[in-house]
Amino acid sequence: MEFQIQKETAATVVAVIGRMDAVTAPEYEKKLAGMMDEGEKNFIIDFGKLDYISSAGLRALLMTGKRVKSLGGLMLLANIGGAVKDVFAISGFGTIFPMHDTVQSALGAAEE
Amino acid sequence: MPEERIRVDAKLDRLEEIVGFVEDCADRFRLEDSRKFGLNIAVEEAVVNICSYAYPDTEGMLDVACRVTDESLVIELSDSGIPFNILTLPDPETDAAIEDREIGGLGGYFIRQFSDAVSYTRRDGMNVLTLLFRRGASIELP
Repeated sequence: MEFQIQKETAATVVAVIGRMDAVTAPEYEKKLAGMMDEGEKNFIIDFGKLDYISSAGLRALLMTGKRVKSLGGLMLLANIGGAVKDVFAISGFGTIFPMHDTVQSALGAAEE
Repeated sequence: MPEERIRVDAKLDRLEEIVGFVEDCADRFRLEDSRKFGLNIAVEEAVVNICSYAYPDTEGMLDVACRVTDESLVIELSDSGIPFNILTLPDPETDAAIEDREIGGLGGYFIRQFSDAVSYTRRDGMNVLTLLFRRGASIELP
């Protein structure tokens, strides 16, 4: 799993690249926790280059999402496609987090 | 019926090896690429639960067997841990809001959703979870 991080005015855009499985999901939690410790609370998670997600990945999203919410921040998901989108649909996670087709659209929503 | 099997430590750091083995079997079976994703998920969820619940405080082995027939690909995961049937866990509430959403519970649900048939039996002191996949089948989206 790799990350590309871009700080924008309204939020930090975190592109997650590769696989979010039981082995790699803790890396995601750690990355987001580190940024929250440094004061960031608004995130756009770009899943355009995410190839795979399992329940461990969803659990990591949920854990960080709950912490973001407790900080009064926001976490938007962008660019979810293909089989990863099916996992969101089947798990019901598509209704837990606001989902945007593009990072641009998510940034627009974050600025409001 | 051709069968291939591997025996590995029931540890998460063997997950990649297990998934690789199963995907090679799926290639020989000519499972559609679109379904390999679900196969990967079902196998991962099964392995994660065996590591956590069959061997909560101990280390043990996990046997993975693949059987390919004309009609189906059968993956059998056996462990000698404590009796544990992931299929008895209740489905999660997939329409709950983020505040109410429980951590966990999705593993067994995903196994059922992404395989065409699944069964559990306790045999000779082992937990045996059997996943079956057919070509041409597709998962149902809500």
